[in-house]
Amino acid sequence: MTAPLDVSGSAPETPPESVLEGAGGKSITGRSLGQIAWSRLKRDKVAMAGAGIVILLILMAIFAPAIVGLLGHPPQRFHEDLTDPNTGVPIGAFGGMSWDFLFGLEPRNGRDLFSRVVYGARISLLIAFLATLVSVVIGTLMGVVAGYFGGWVDTLIGRTMDIFLAFPLLVFAIALVGAIPDTAFGLTGDSLRIALLVFIIGFFNWPYIGRIIRGQTLSLREREFVDAARSLGARWPHIIFRELLPNLMAPILIYATLLIPSNILFESALSFLGVGVRPPTPTWGGMLADAVRFFTLPHFAIFPGMAIFITVLSFNLFGDGLRDAFDPRTR
Amino acid sequence: MRTRSGVAIAAIGTALALGLSACAGGGGNTPPGQSGGGSAGAVKEEFNAALGKVYNPSKAKGGIVKMAHEGTWDSLDPGNTYYGYSFNFARLYGRTLVMFKPAPGAEGNTLVPDLAESLGETSDGGKTWTYKLRKGVKFEDGTEITSKDIAYSVARSFDKQVLPKGPSYLNELLDWPKDYKGAFKEPDRDISSAIETPDDYTIIFKLKAAFGSFDYIVQMPMTMPVPKAKDTGTKYQEHVIASGPYMFDKNEIGKSFSLKRNPNWDPATDPNRPALPDGFEVQLNVNADDIDNRLISGDVHLAVTGLGLQQAARTRVLNDPVLKARTDNAKLQRLWYLSVIPDIEPLNNIECRKAVLWAVDRTSVQRAYGGPNGGDIATGMIPPSLGGYKEISTYATPGNKGDINKAKAALAACGQPNGFNADISYRSERPGEKAFAEAVQQSLAKVGIKLTLKPFPDGDYFTLYAGKPDYVKQNKLGLAVNGWGSDYPETFGFLQAIADSRTIRDSGNYNLSIKIPEVDQKIDQVKGEADVAARDALWAEINQRIMDEAVTVPGVYAKSILMRGKGLTNLYVSDSQQMYDYVGVGVQQ
Repeated sequence: MTAPLDVSGSAPETPPESVLEGAGGKSITGRSLGQIAWSRLKRDKVAMAGAGIVILLILMAIFAPAIVGLLGHPPQRFHEDLTDPNTGVPIGAFGGMSWDFLFGLEPRNGRDLFSRVVYGARISLLIAFLATLVSVVIGTLMGVVAGYFGGWVDTLIGRTMDIFLAFPLLVFAIALVGAIPDTAFGLTGDSLRIALLVFIIGFFNWPYIGRIIRGQTLSLREREFVDAARSLGARWPHIIFRELLPNLMAPILIYATLLIPSNILFESALSFLGVGVRPPTPTWGGMLADAVRFFTLPHFAIFPGMAIFITVLSFNLFGDGLRDAFDPRTR
Repeated sequence: MRTRSGVAIAAIGTALALGLSACAGGGGNTPPGQSGGGSAGAVKEEFNAALGKVYNPSKAKGGIVKMAHEGTWDSLDPGNTYYGYSFNFARLYGRTLVMFKPAPGAEGNTLVPDLAESLGETSDGGKTWTYKLRKGVKFEDGTEITSKDIAYSVARSFDKQVLPKGPSYLNELLDWPKDYKGAFKEPDRDISSAIETPDDYTIIFKLKAAFGSFDYIVQMPMTMPVPKAKDTGTKYQEHVIASGPYMFDKNEIGKSFSLKRNPNWDPATDPNRPALPDGFEVQLNVNADDIDNRLISGDVHLAVTGLGLQQAARTRVLNDPVLKARTDNAKLQRLWYLSVIPDIEPLNNIECRKAVLWAVDRTSVQRAYGGPNGGDIATGMIPPSLGGYKEISTYATPGNKGDINKAKAALAACGQPNGFNADISYRSERPGEKAFAEAVQQSLAKVGIKLTLKPFPDGDYFTLYAGKPDYVKQNKLGLAVNGWGSDYPETFGFLQAIADSRTIRDSGNYNLSIKIPEVDQKIDQVKGEADVAARDALWAEINQRIMDEAVTVPGVYAKSILMRGKGLTNLYVSDSQQMYDYVGVGVQQ
């Protein structure tokens, strides 16, 4: 963090923490907003639990092959001899759950649900993170430019945002994913699908974050440190990148964290509708779609459903905690 | 989501309750003949009780048969419908020149005269066909049915702009006048080159070329008589004038309709239809899973589309002996198979195609369609109830599991000892086809053939993707999951459309891989052959020739699980309908 932040960012409200610590006998030192937020966040048990689960999920996605190698079977392998040939129902209680198959088996072909759920995390998280990154980069740039320059630039970007927000995204996504051939833009197969989903989800979600950044920029650009920089002869790139952006890191971080779960849900919805990553690559949404026909075998739907639920919930809890930590007034 | 999970919980609850009652019932063996309680009499519920025989035979009349449909009827107009269930049902309110005998099993696959006094007669080897009509057959309004009414209904069905959905066999077979546009646009045109009616009780069809199995064509509902004065074109389906034992009572298109007895139907003129119930009620647009639940509870008697239980009910019913005893595992004239397209490298080499045929684990494919209840493992292209069917042992493997060694040997002979990469397409909306593609992918991976799955939308599958040769070649689509059912229960109606290479056009092809001149030539021989046994022998040769060329991997001969509602009588599955015969069915009061 840079100097102006200490001057302006935390100046209006005196952080109670620093007062307290000052009273504790230590020398009173100025602390950055980040340090203050972190100390608040540490005390928010719910947010920390969310963060812990998020980290576990990320580790699970990264080390999926090792986890599956240790506790499961390759996600694509059939175990047909372990399902009833007539009904396709997995043999054994609770959908064939055992130490060998922790979450039971997929009906009919007997694929290991545990390893499919674990591998499903890779696709969901990868797409959600990359799409969020795309949204945040575009949204921040557009928001800062609109907020800083104002006038016709603001009008133009504002109307563009309105158009994007009014766009029937789901319909467009289904049509686009259906229309793009199998090999395009030098990519093929799963990597093309992932790139496509990242583009669709990321590119059309930037106005949400863009509006927030624009609003923040509008108030920041009237502050004294911006005036000071301007009167010292700084040009607009310097002001935007050196003065404004560092002060926008907090909202960017918060809304990125809150955008991730909504992107996970959107990816799952697309996979559920059959326009996500193609089978047999496991995705949570795709597994749910398969499970619908077997609704009398609840184990098939419960595990991918729980995976989506837990992931979205923990990202949301963490994101909410982060927001509270940076800005307690919204609590 | 909320309603769905509610349904799921309710279903689990009922399943538990039923499971408990099943245990209670299974404790002591009920002596045969003992009534199950109520006035139902001693009907023994048994798995497959309506296959090959009549379940609960009865001659008792009365009662209403309740049916439900998961969508809308394509059309009630006999000239504008092309679904098997609709052909089956239409015989309740309409009569055709000849019809399938209302009888169980293979006997139901024989043709008997209906409006005609006898089956079609030909004197020139199948180029002209003459039918003599029964006298005294009346429409619901009491006017007598003449040969002119039948000629009119065929001429009106010619117009595919007004009636687009019906089969077009007669458009293609008959020798219509040049640029004929059908009876709506040219009501006074002389069509005697195609159909002649020398008197009120004689109708003569004149064909462009000989066609041996013409009777199979005129059993279709477009020969049901339509009185010209009452024909309202596209609106005729709102009030079809009945010639059969039932006429329309209420008819709300897209919602429901009901049939009541036709007072002008004379059983003396109709030796085929028992006409047991007093009427029929059909509900349209009922959720498919809901229909299954209502069948189980007894709220409806029959699922009219005859496609069998949905996956959810299927799992539940097959696990419960009491419910399973109320089902029939009917064989369909439908084949699920894989087209191995010989235009694509390296599948242009027959050895590489053979490697695919050797490697596919057929039991895995069978599971994709629901195991032995979903279909029998297929060895050739002709399903068992059609002429020319024969078990083909060319690619037989122990336990139908595939033979990795033979597949590897074939790969070596093809010059691809380490396998190759290929694409496999399927219709994304069809879970069975997805499971088929995944099963093939698993099997072929064992010999090093790596498949990439390519799902395409159902509606465009044949017009834009797998059925479009340009697309297939540009995108190197080597394998395509495919399925085919017969239009009418005769081998020509099944195999010609998927085996004759001369039908292949720029797009919209169902034949994706069978391009064998010898097969085309034999199909021509079949057309000119009037003798059934000789035709069947030719079909058997064609079937073997296709398998020798290794251009298809037969998957399963499909079967459905049909559920009998409660209180039905005289119920049976006929080989011609491949579902319950709606002409024969009755209901207990």
